[in-house]
Amino acid sequence: MFRAEHGRAVAVLVRVFGDIDIAEEAVADAFTTAVQRWPAEGLPPSPAGWIITTARNRAIDRLRREASRADRHAQAALLHAHDEPIEEGPVRDERLRLIFTCCHPALGRGAQVALTLRLLGGLTTAEIARAFLVPEPTMAQRLVRAKGKIKDARIPYRLPAAADLPGRLQSVLAVVYLVFNEGYAASSGAELVRADLCAEAIRLGRQLAELMPDEPEVHGLLALMLLLESRRAARTTAAGDLVPLADQERARWDRARIAEGQAIVRDCLRRNEPGVYQIQAAINAVHSDARSAATTDWPQIVRLYDQLLACDPSPVVALNRAVAVAEVDGPRTGLALVDALDLGAYYLFHAIRADLLRRLGRDVEARTAYETAIELTDNAAERGFLRRRRQALAG
Amino acid sequence: MTQYLLSIYQPDGGPPSPEFMESVARDLHALNQELKTAGAWVFSRGLHAPGTATVVRVRDREVVTTDGPYVEGKEHIGGFWIIDAPDLDAALGWAGKAARATTLPIEVRPFQDVPEY
Repeated sequence: MFRAEHGRAVAVLVRVFGDIDIAEEAVADAFTTAVQRWPAEGLPPSPAGWIITTARNRAIDRLRREASRADRHAQAALLHAHDEPIEEGPVRDERLRLIFTCCHPALGRGAQVALTLRLLGGLTTAEIARAFLVPEPTMAQRLVRAKGKIKDARIPYRLPAAADLPGRLQSVLAVVYLVFNEGYAASSGAELVRADLCAEAIRLGRQLAELMPDEPEVHGLLALMLLLESRRAARTTAAGDLVPLADQERARWDRARIAEGQAIVRDCLRRNEPGVYQIQAAINAVHSDARSAATTDWPQIVRLYDQLLACDPSPVVALNRAVAVAEVDGPRTGLALVDALDLGAYYLFHAIRADLLRRLGRDVEARTAYETAIELTDNAAERGFLRRRRQALAG
Repeated sequence: MTQYLLSIYQPDGGPPSPEFMESVARDLHALNQELKTAGAWVFSRGLHAPGTATVVRVRDREVVTTDGPYVEGKEHIGGFWIIDAPDLDAALGWAGKAARATTLPIEVRPFQDVPEY
């Protein structure tokens, strides 16, 4: 209830008071009251409406007290509230406005992510800090600074103009995908909190898909996250070791998530307006189709990577394409493509080279490449996996 | 309405070719006309090179004057606008046009509200 309604309530109240802090505080007040009253009095007919109305009334009471003490800020917010009618019905636009404000390009990526999780996700500052492995005061400071910039620089609480929408939407999708990836990167200590981040990203993805049904990339991102998440149980051993896609026990994949993700991918194909998230989702849908690693339709995956490279001509995409090419045309061809890339600082570049060299029987070079890859990653599960691979080399 | 400062960050060093400066001047004139027509223009001017700057500060109650810009660096503010804009998106829209006209990065900063006395 809390997570689901928090974003909606904050969005409406930011609209009413024109101030994020007042809205957050009012919503927190209303939820506290709800926790005290509902167990005894029972749920009101419309819990969401009750939260919004209670929050609004609480905030107005508080602002009146402050306004009478000649607090200019409170007076301004009160005036704003009188001009804004409260609507409980079409809150769709309010939530979208809040999303676009949180992900405004004038804010840094870290601030965008923190604001989105705080205001739309309803996560506490402590939870966000834990998930991103930063001390709580640091995260609190980041949020205060971001909210201060929204207020002082007047970042508008408004839907972007049609001409700006593609760029602004990219920033929203990047924030959600970053939240997902932060949770997906298998890490030992904070494992549980991080799985929550995936769930939160998927929840945000669902909201976006509901709010922007006509944007194919929004659906592509949701499908991509669902398909990746479907493999969570098979991705690590009981001991927390990473299991690569080819070695995963496919019976442990989550069939419901796969079915949902694949259905979205099929809808996207019918629309035929491809974008980077949709193509990545399609690539993962092909993997999900294969009963075993050996029956993977690699030529289809290479074709999808060709398309992805046309949309996003980056060396990282080229590296992933080379992996697929190696499956179709053999490791020698794959290695030639990999060696042409300028990705020396990226651990996966070395990990992939190492694997291709190993398959070509060039064990000495493979060992060196594994060692470089291990040096370049901080992720404990990845390091463990690479060490086991290196040890498995002959000699 | 909020007022915003749009600063032009200009690399130090000799001036670009006269032809280039002429085309920039034309674009800047057009931009200022557009700002004025929209009622957004408050002030704009270019500055002389940072070498013409002088810093004045108080040290032990004495006013001390030193030559040169306050911050050492490879870029300095080469000029600025003060504009009126309803919100940051509007200000960023003008800044985009300013960046195109000058071919240089533009820093956008909001002014504090003027307190009423």
